[in-house]
Amino acid sequence: MATLNDYLLVSGLLFAIGLAGVVLRRNVIIVFMCLELMLSAANLTLVAFSRFNVPPNGLPDYNGQMLVFFVITVAAAEVAVGLAIIVALYRARQTIHTDELTSLKG
Amino acid sequence: MPSYLFWLFSTVMLIGGVSVIAFRNPVSSALSVVTCFVGLAGLFIGLSAFFVGVIQILVYTGAVMVLFLFIIMLLDLKDEEKAAKPLLPIAAGIALVAAFTVQLIGILSRTPNVIAPNLDKETLAAAASGFPATSKIATTLTQGKLPDVHLIGHTLFTQYNLPLQILGVLLLVATIGVVILSKRQAD
Repeated sequence: MATLNDYLLVSGLLFAIGLAGVVLRRNVIIVFMCLELMLSAANLTLVAFSRFNVPPNGLPDYNGQMLVFFVITVAAAEVAVGLAIIVALYRARQTIHTDELTSLKG
Repeated sequence: MPSYLFWLFSTVMLIGGVSVIAFRNPVSSALSVVTCFVGLAGLFIGLSAFFVGVIQILVYTGAVMVLFLFIIMLLDLKDEEKAAKPLLPIAAGIALVAAFTVQLIGILSRTPNVIAPNLDKETLAAAASGFPATSKIATTLTQGKLPDVHLIGHTLFTQYNLPLQILGVLLLVATIGVVILSKRQAD
């Protein structure tokens, strides 16, 4: 049986991978995907805590899974808005590489 | 969940994650994210969070990643050319990630470890007394099955009703915002 620390380690590694992608990659879309990876790593932590911390009635702690539900929904909204911004950015500058996006003024 | 399934799904997830940043082609990266999320959904289902696992597949790999692929193809992105990258930012990034990982392992080695509490038939049947006897949740629990979706619905609509409404407003605002964002650039 996998223990709580195994789940926390795996989720921490996924978060580290996402962080590495955000820092290392220069394509805005891939940076955005790595943000999604980091959000999912947080979700894995929440679900693991929900399973391993059992309230008196013996069922998993569903408050944690509620938070995951809300995180997933907010992430979906965030992706829609973020991708619209990226498309607008591409139309204005013809590039989505972070190195070439150096000024805020359009 | 047996140990080997945990390590199988974790490996799939972590390999998917690493290949997201390793591939140069954005489409390959997007498909690696899909692989990563499928492994993650396996872990969710292994933690008896069936609803979250299915939602992870449906919403993330089904909708969100298709949206990503759609935008990648709309913008017609080419592979990143192998330009000489400045070495200092890369070294700083790797050092940051390594420091995070070392810290994580250090903390985890000192925290008390927990094994998963049992979710066997007796526990589930005993939990049925907390719900009305004729309800679907209670009857399913008495049969020794975990009515995951019913329990999530119960929690969502009793304890989290207001956040759910606010979430609906948020989705509406996001929809309107996206329409306005894509309208404005047409002028």
